Formats: sequence, structure tokens, C-alpha cells
Amino acid sequence: MKLFKDKKIFLLSFLFLSSCIEDAPLDSLSPAGPYARSIDELFWLTFWIAVGVFAIVQGALLFSVFYFKERESSPEPKQIHGNNFLEILWTIIPVLILAVIAVPTVRTIFDLAREPEDALKIEVIGHQWWFEYKYPDFGITTANVLVIPEDRPVRLEMWSNDVLHNYWVPKLNGKRYLVPGQTTYLNLQADSPEEFWAQCGEYCGLSHSKMRGRVISMTEEDFASWVANEQSYAQKELPESSLAAEGQVVYLNAGCTQCHVIDGVWDVQGDRIAPNLTHFANRSVFAGAALKNNPENLTKWLANPAEIKPGTFMPNLELTEKEINALIAYLGTLK
Amino acid sequence: MTKIIEPRKQSNIFKRPSSETGIWSWITTVDHKRIGIMYGYAAFFFLLVGGLEALLLRIQLASPDNNFLSAAEYNAMFTMHGTTMIFLAIMPISAAFFNYLLPLQIGARDVAFPRLNALSFWIFIFGGVFLYSTFLFGTAGAPQGGYLAEEVSRLGSAPNGGWFGYQPNAGFKYSPGTAMDYWAIGLQILGIASLVSAFNFITTILNMRTKGMRLMRMPVFTWMTFAVSFLLAFSLPIIAIALFYVTFDRQFGTTFFLTEGGGDPILWQHLFWLFGHPEVYILILPAFGIVSEVLPTFSRKPLFGYPAIVFAGFGIAFIGFGVWAHHMFASAISPVAQAGFGLSTMVIAVPTGVKIFNWLGTIWGGKLKLNTPMLFSLGFIGMFVIGGLSGVTHSIVPADTQQTDTYYVVAHFHYVLFGGAMFGIFSGLYYWFPKVWGKMYNEALGKIHFWLMIIGFNLTFGPMHWLGLQGQVRRTWVYAEETNLGFWNLIVSIGAFIIALSILVFMANWIYSRRKGPDAGFDPWDARTIEWSIPSPTPVWNFSKAPEVKSLDDFWHMKYDEDEDGRPVRKDSADALMLELEEEGLNPKEDIVLPNPSYFPIILASGLPFLGYAVIYKMLPLAIVGTLLILIGSFGWGTEPLEEEFIGDGENE
Repeated sequence: MKLFKDKKIFLLSFLFLSSCIEDAPLDSLSPAGPYARSIDELFWLTFWIAVGVFAIVQGALLFSVFYFKERESSPEPKQIHGNNFLEILWTIIPVLILAVIAVPTVRTIFDLAREPEDALKIEVIGHQWWFEYKYPDFGITTANVLVIPEDRPVRLEMWSNDVLHNYWVPKLNGKRYLVPGQTTYLNLQADSPEEFWAQCGEYCGLSHSKMRGRVISMTEEDFASWVANEQSYAQKELPESSLAAEGQVVYLNAGCTQCHVIDGVWDVQGDRIAPNLTHFANRSVFAGAALKNNPENLTKWLANPAEIKPGTFMPNLELTEKEINALIAYLGTLK
Repeated sequence: MTKIIEPRKQSNIFKRPSSETGIWSWITTVDHKRIGIMYGYAAFFFLLVGGLEALLLRIQLASPDNNFLSAAEYNAMFTMHGTTMIFLAIMPISAAFFNYLLPLQIGARDVAFPRLNALSFWIFIFGGVFLYSTFLFGTAGAPQGGYLAEEVSRLGSAPNGGWFGYQPNAGFKYSPGTAMDYWAIGLQILGIASLVSAFNFITTILNMRTKGMRLMRMPVFTWMTFAVSFLLAFSLPIIAIALFYVTFDRQFGTTFFLTEGGGDPILWQHLFWLFGHPEVYILILPAFGIVSEVLPTFSRKPLFGYPAIVFAGFGIAFIGFGVWAHHMFASAISPVAQAGFGLSTMVIAVPTGVKIFNWLGTIWGGKLKLNTPMLFSLGFIGMFVIGGLSGVTHSIVPADTQQTDTYYVVAHFHYVLFGGAMFGIFSGLYYWFPKVWGKMYNEALGKIHFWLMIIGFNLTFGPMHWLGLQGQVRRTWVYAEETNLGFWNLIVSIGAFIIALSILVFMANWIYSRRKGPDAGFDPWDARTIEWSIPSPTPVWNFSKAPEVKSLDDFWHMKYDEDEDGRPVRKDSADALMLELEEEGLNPKEDIVLPNPSYFPIILASGLPFLGYAVIYKMLPLAIVGTLLILIGSFGWGTEPLEEEFIGDGENE
């Protein structure tokens, strides 16, 4: 094509296309489960109707501009004040079009709100700036990474511990607020094993942008073994002289236990204000899923958490480099 | 012998102001035209400030994981950008149009309550100054118990809870410091300004119309002013109450929105959007009015379906009170409420569609002169339709739960409020420029402005649809590189700077044409409504004698007859009539009584910020000063007559 002889145009269109194709982990147009798919179908139905209306209106507009533009030969226009038939017509047609959209919309609203049978119940608790998950059936508490079985509906029961948050896994369903003092519900279901991104939708303060998450769907067997592992203590006997053992000492003495819990370590039970760290090493991300779980990121985080997440409730404990390394080694054992 | 009645040199508390030029004449003026001009300049100043804030946001977002602004600064900037554009730019710039044009369009010499008009302007100014003084005095920080790596800068010490101020995040616990108090009290003050002018305009339209100006002969812009005034009068009290609740929660230990005290954060959302959605129509209806004036004039055809456009405007205003929860489809509301508000949101698309089709009917078969005002009005239709259609996708509740809180929504409402409201406003600024200044703007620069703006606008807000669908969440200071959103964000940021460039062209045109533009004459567009039947710039007395209106588009029918085909034919007498009108307009034959300038509106208004500071800092002396100023203002006002006594039979009594 002649158009593509120009290298710049070629490059630009290439960029355009490539950026369209590229995988965006929060893409709301790539549904990976039945709930998201029903929304997607509704969106495209509306989208194409909108494109039709768009084409008619912009077409009429552009046609008028070019065809009725003042020319030397243009006669004075007829003074038409209106036309009842036309005006009634373009009132009724939109009503009919909207009725066509309204029926599936209302149906889908109620379908999405219904509690599915045989759903796995999971509690989602919003905190500034991370999501906590509890599996009441299994007695599991975890954070940042939600693990679900594939191909089975999950019923999230959600509330917030502080301000409003908004739970969103674009590929699995739309958003739902987390509200202090109220419970809201959201259904998720994934077709196959995959890792999804989650993100807080509602502005919730300084580090709202870093309130992210992951959702991992697993086969039934993998899920069962994940549950079994989570239910057990991660704590194994640590070799007395290892770096990890030093790290445990740091964990117990530096103040971490004021806010964190590792089940089976020390004698703390129950909730704390910060994420439960029992199986920390198994999670792919931490700090509200703002960081990937690797030693380099952990070093940055432990050195000064507020540098990564402004406003965070985790203080800078002014740990030495040695203490940080020991802590990281210890956290690495929490599988 | 004609004369303007001079005020007698007597007064009660102060000597009555008497300067006719210079700064004091502007400070004490009660002339609706001068107040309109001041509104316009002040609003434009805030438009520039809000635009700069937007540019800072776009620099920050131009690349992933950027550190140009800190989180605190970014949050303050998006809060102030929204607050400024809505309350300090678009609303007052609409007020500028209302003030200047409303009396001219209905053939009146001023608004019903000229001093109230001045009061509303000065309250707006003091409200804006109060709100922006947060950059000097305000404080903001981490939520109670949270940590920051660095101190919050001055830039970050502005309100940071969003223009929507969702509770409890904007409460004292999660937004400590005084910044959000500046926001709540600042909006409270600005609300008073709008309420005052709403009542003033309603009264003016009902009572001050000239002979023969029946309601259904009023220009559509006047109709839309009427609709907006009712919207303001009914919606502002809601936000006023909600803001008092917020201030009480923050300052005096109440718990209206705090769960731990039995309050409900969702209540705030209902109250805010019960105001906030009518507010959208407050912002857009004036533009509807402007476009409905510009299209017929530049098409040389009457407006297609005038009654339908008027009633659709009121239909929109009315239904606008019944759609608020579509801002909350992902919030804690039931499926029944979702369905109900989804349907009502679809319904509001119908009268909006009627307007658009009627505008198309207006230009269809016309003889289109593509001057700058017309380009902006045509651009308005094109852009607003996009915003309207993306709005319909929001009524599809399940789809909206994907799109809400993403850049898709940002794209949507910028197509409505920028592509819609601002394009309409620019159309109006060019259209009435010759009326206000008596000079003509530069057409070439005007067209450059239009093309730069429409390109920059679409480059900025078009890709945002895509970004939102790809998962970019609003109000996010940074986005991760892995989200693959970087490319389009860069394009968006480039577009924002093209818009900024177009604004510079507009300003250059304005400044140049104000001084050096050719004389415009009083009817440069061969227009249709009676404000064009008087000299430009508008004389201080507007109409030298009260006009008598015989039909819709009265001025047009003074100039044109229709032949048997229904095509306009210029009357033989038209040229003579024009000369006569100009001669008469500049040399009134009757005594003219105009309201006299007054010190009291500005004195009364100046008391309000003191009360605001008194609440924030709990300082009694400030409260006393504020109360005294308000008392002096109202007492002086009450004892000073609007017009000094005069002798003679002025006909506008």
C-alpha cells in the first residue's frame, strides 16, 4: 500500500497495532470466566449499537458541513421551524433501541447478584493498602494473593477495615466496593488455571495506586494441596546457627510481632492489623502486591516501607543491613 | 435632553461610591455587564490554574512508575484540578454568560437584584481565594498512624480527598490536617454564590422580560439559564447540608459518616451525587443554550423544533435528579436500585438525543458559514455525541461495574464537559466577543485555536477510553510497567500539551483583538435575537428604550420577510432600520435610571472567609471580624436605596 511507503506512518501504525495486541493484565475486555463473559457480551452489544448511532450522527454532521457549506451559488435556506413527524420519530426510535438494551441489562444485573450454589465462600477485608483473605471453611488467613479453584464459583463476602475500597479482578468480574460496617458480595469464577491481576478501584488515600493483588486459579488437586499446606504451620525446625534462625530472632525482637502474625511462632493468636505472614514465601507478591516477592524488593521494603508506599502503617524499624538479610532469609523459609 | 440620573451625593454609612472608571468602579459596580466580564476573567484565570494542574498530572503519568510528583502532590493535584474546573472555572464562566446576556436577551436594563448579583460575584471570588489559600496555610499528611518517607511539600498541602470527597477517607482520621477543611468550607462558600445568583436569575426571567417577550419567545440560551437556575436552587442545598455534616465530623466530633459512631459512609455518596449529577447538567446546559443560539445564526435558519429543545432541556434537568446512583453502581446498593437507576439513566438519553437530532435538523438544508463560533458549535455536537454514547454504556450496569473508576469514565466525562461544555463556551466567547468589545476577533487565529484544540482534545481523551478498558484505574499516582499502559499514556500527555498550546493561541487572539481588532458593528453575524439590535459594545443602559417583542427571533423578523418558498428576503426597510437602531441605541431619548454602585456587596462577602478560617483554626476573634463584616455589609445594604431618588419619568421603574 502506498500509505505504508512512508516509514513513519508504517512505524506509527505498527506501534498502534502492537499496543492494542499487547497483553494488559488488567484488561477488562479479555474475560476468563462466566461472570466476566456475560458482562463482556453485554458491553459489545451496546458498543455496536453505539457505533451505529455514532456513524449516523457524525455522518449527518459531516455531510451537512460539506454539503450545506455556504457557497456563492447557495440560495437562502428555507425557513423550516420543525417537523412533528420527524421529532416524534427520533424520540421513539431511541426509546426502542434502549428497550432492546434494557432487557438483557436488567437480567444480567440479577444474574450477577445471585448467590451461586455450591460456591466457595471467601472473606475479603480491605485495609489501607492491601487485601486480606479469609477462608472460613478451612480456617485460613492470607493476604495479597487470592487462591481459588478453577471452574468453580467463589462467593466473596467483603468489608473494609478503614476507608472505602473497590475490589476488581477485571478478567473475572466487575467491581464491588468494600465498605466499613457493611458486607458486600461479589462472585468470581475462572475457566482455567491462571494468574490474574487485581486492583483497588476506589480512591482510598495516599497509596491507592499501589493497592493491587493477584488471583490464582488452580486445578482442584492443586487447590486441595494448597489448602492443606496453608492449614499447617510453615514453621519448621531451623538449624540453630543459620541466617534464617537469626532472622527469626530479629522478627521476634524488632517489633514485627506488634502487627504481624506467623501461625505457630511465638504465642500470638488472632488478628493483627498487618498481613498474616505464615506462608509468606509462597506468595508471588507482597506489600499490597506492589512488589514482587524477591530478596531485592524485600531489602528495599524493609529499609524504608514508606518510600515504596507513602502513608503505610509499617514503620521504618531502622534495621541494619545484617538484620534485613537475616529477616529475608527467615521469610524465605515460610513456605 | 437626555441624561443618566446621577446619584445624589448623600449616603448613610459610607459616602456612596461614584467613580465610573478605575478599579473602584469595578469593585463597587452592580452593572450586570461588568459583573459578567469580571466573572469571565476570574473564571478564565482559574481555568488556567486548573489546566496547569492537569499538565502536572499528565507529566507524572507520561511514563510508568514515574516520580515527577509525590503521591501526596499527585492526589492534591487531581483533587484541585476537578474542584477548580467544576466550581471555579466552568460554573463561573457560565455565570459570566448568564450575567452578561440574560438581561440583553430579554430586553431588560439589569437583573432583578443588581446588588445581589455583585454579592454573588464577590462571594465567588472570596470562596476561590479561600480555597486556594490552602496552598499557603493548609496541611495534609498520612492517615493517623501512617508513615511518610518525606515531608509533604506545599504543593501537596492542598485538599487531597478527591473533588467527590468520599467518606471516611476525607474524614479527619484518614485525611488529617486542614486541607480537606479548606475544601469543605471553600465549596460551602462557593455554593452560596451560586445559590444567590440562581434566585436572582429566576426572578429576573420571571419578572424582567420586556413587553411581548412571552416565555415561548425567549431565546434558548435564556431558557437554559432558567433551567440551570432551578437546578442550582434545588441541588445546592443538598451539598450544603452534606458539607456541613463533613465539617462537623471533622471539627466538632459528630459521626454522620463514620461507621464507628453509627454513621454511614454510603450516605455521603447518595447526598453528594444527588447534588453531583444535577451539577453535570448545571455545567452542560449553558453550552446547550449557546449552541442553540449559534447554530441557527450561522445556518441562516430558525432552530429546528424550538419547543422540543426547550422542553428537552427541562426534561433533562428534571430527570437529572433521578439518576444519581449511576455513580454508585459498584457501591453498596441493591440489584433493584441498580436496575432502577440503570433504566432512569437510559431514559435521560432520550431528551438528550432529541436535542442532538434537532440541532442536526437546524443545520440540515442551511447555508452554513463556518466561522469560529460555528466550528466550535459543530465540534461540540461531534464531541458531545461521543460523550453521550459512552454515557449510555454506563447505564448498562454490569458493563459499568467494569468501567467505573477507570479512565474510561475520565474519557466519558471529559467528552461531555470539555468536548461539550468547554467547546460550547468557546463558541459563545467568539460569538459574543464583538457584542462585548465592539471589535472583531481574528478569524484565522480563531480557526487555528479550534483545530489545535479539537486535535489535542481527541488525542488526550480518545485514548483514555482504551486505557480504561485496559484496566487503568483513576486517581492512581503510578501504574506498573507490566500493565502495558505506557504507550497510550504518553500519547495522552502529548495531547494535553497541544490543548495548552491552543489555549495560548486563544489568549493571543483575545488580547490582540481587544486592542487592534476591526470594529465589529452591532450585528456582525446577521443574528436573530434582540441583544444584537443594540450597539456594540453594549451601552451602559443596554436598551435606550424598552424593546417590544413580537415573535421568536424578533430581531431577524425585523430584518427579513419570507417569500412564498419560505426563503428569507431582506426587507427594503432593513438598512434604514439598522441605522435608526444604532442612532437610537447610542442616544437615548428618555431619562434612564440605573442602579447605583455600592460598597456593601463586597463588604458582606469579605466576611465569609473569616468565618471559614475561624472554624478551621477555632479562633474566636476571626469569627467576630467575619460576623462584623457581614453585619456591616447587610445593615448598610438594607439602609441604602438601590437607586438614589430622581426626578423625571424614567420608563423602567
